[in-house]
Amino acid sequence: MRYEAPTTTKEAANLLAKAKGKAFVLAGGTDLLVRMKAGMLEPDLVVDIKRIPATRKVTKTASGFTIGASVSGAELGENKAVKKAWPGVVEATELIGSDQVQGRCTMVGNLCNASPAADSVPAMIAAGAKAAIVGPKGKRSVAVEKIVTGPGKTSLKKGEMIESISLPKGGAKIGDAYLRFIPRTEMDIAVCSAAVCLELGAKNVIKKATVVLGAVAPTAVTVPAAAKAIIGTKLDDDALDALAAACEAACNPIDDKRGTIEFRTEVAAVLARRAAKIAFERAGGK
Amino acid sequence: MSGVHVTTTVNGDAVEFVCPPNEPLLDVLRNRLGLTGAKEGCGTGDCGACSVTVDDRLVCSCLVLGAEVEGRSVSTVEGMADGADLHPLQSKFIEHAALQCGICTPGFLVAAKALLDRNDDPSETEIRYALAGNLCRCTGYDKIVRAVDDAAKDIRKAKAKAATKTAKAKAKKAAAK
Ligand SMILES: Cc1cc2nc3c(=O)[nH]c(=O)nc-3n(C[C@H](O)[C@H](O)[C@H](O)COP(=O)(O)OP(=O)(O)OC[C@H]3O[C@@H](n4cnc5c(N)ncnc54)[C@H](O)[C@@H]3O)c2cc1C
Ligand code: FES
Ligand code: FES
Repeated sequence: MRYEAPTTTKEAANLLAKAKGKAFVLAGGTDLLVRMKAGMLEPDLVVDIKRIPATRKVTKTASGFTIGASVSGAELGENKAVKKAWPGVVEATELIGSDQVQGRCTMVGNLCNASPAADSVPAMIAAGAKAAIVGPKGKRSVAVEKIVTGPGKTSLKKGEMIESISLPKGGAKIGDAYLRFIPRTEMDIAVCSAAVCLELGAKNVIKKATVVLGAVAPTAVTVPAAAKAIIGTKLDDDALDALAAACEAACNPIDDKRGTIEFRTEVAAVLARRAAKIAFERAGGK
Repeated sequence: MSGVHVTTTVNGDAVEFVCPPNEPLLDVLRNRLGLTGAKEGCGTGDCGACSVTVDDRLVCSCLVLGAEVEGRSVSTVEGMADGADLHPLQSKFIEHAALQCGICTPGFLVAAKALLDRNDDPSETEIRYALAGNLCRCTGYDKIVRAVDDAAKDIRKAKAKAATKTAKAKAKKAAAK
């Protein structure tokens, strides 16, 4: 295996594009190094992106925030501006692992590892996050929900890497939230999860909404019917019941020792309901 | 596999080593630098026995490559005591008998220090969350949590004492003028 630590994204993409054999980006390594250790993969080249300044910083832009691909969970959690605008996204990222894992893990690594249970992914999708991809053919910007195509699979092409994630500006009338169910209080992988982002209009009526479920299908699933169920309402009980029913209908989970199909389906809907209430409050609704 | 040449700082000392590109920092510390404080419990980020800090960030050294620490600053449990003077956490772990076999102890100490460095007055819940990435299979967690809480008290006292001392010195200087 060869280890490279380039200092520009272009150089990193070149190394990845020209690599013979298996090449992997190394961000926090909390998935990659575990899989290498388990013998699940043997890279020929590992490209450490943490020396690339563009991946190291969080910037406030005219349209929102740009979060570099090697910004760790702990670093993101310390950024007051992002936390204020997108508490759901930051909380979801902070749920990843222990303090030790937080010192290393990244949102982009969480996304590209493509686990159906990845915590930050439903929250990023709900918030309308976009991934800035750099590859041999230049740059492109893609909605986060288009990145994961199945367990362990992404739509990134050979030589491509994600340089950063961008989030919209947020605002006083916009709120987001993410909740997961785990049998313990810490250090476990989501049995199911839900993220909700919504925007209120006049008289605190919900104007826009996105509802995303995690760990109940091969990828995170956006549930437009659940969003539709609450748009135009003030999140009364009927709207919440309709949202929960739409969520249950969208679930297609696995059955394993950590959760049966029935359990995951029911709990995902309960989490969506609770996340919607938190998001509503955060958007200034009552 | 050709080796990577790395120059870095460990516990304040400049250090150089050559390691295979896929060798974890934990193995570098233990097998190349003779620092056997950090332990391998799992090798997969679950137990925290290998905890160290890199540029003041708490990490599992089993999930960091040796090659990654070029130019960084690594701190291990070996750097916690000031010569023969133990860190308050170390003293309190002994006083509260917060260890039995001791394999988890270096990791707990390093993780607890990372917590107290940023928050010297944590609640019990905060202590438990901060140490959730450290597993102990024999002592149980109560004694460890109490030792950390007690060490935090000592640290706060020492800080308050140092603050009054500088305040007094300042007042004296001002009076002399
Ligand atoms: C003890 C422990 C607990 C954990 N708990 C959780 C948890 O609670 N919730 C959860 O969701 N996950 C959890 N994880 C999994 C893991 O920590 C997360 O998925 C994390 O976000 C991965 O980020 P990373 O930066 O470490 O990724 P890495 O391991 O560096 O990379 C992961 C994958 O993404 C690719 N990649 C990384 N960055 C890029 C990029 N910029 N462009 C293209 N490809 C890229 C890599 O090549 C690799 O295939 C846990 C892991 C451990 C070890
Ligand atoms: S040995 Fe590193 S976390 Fe267990
Ligand atoms: S003292 Fe033995 S594992 Fe903690």
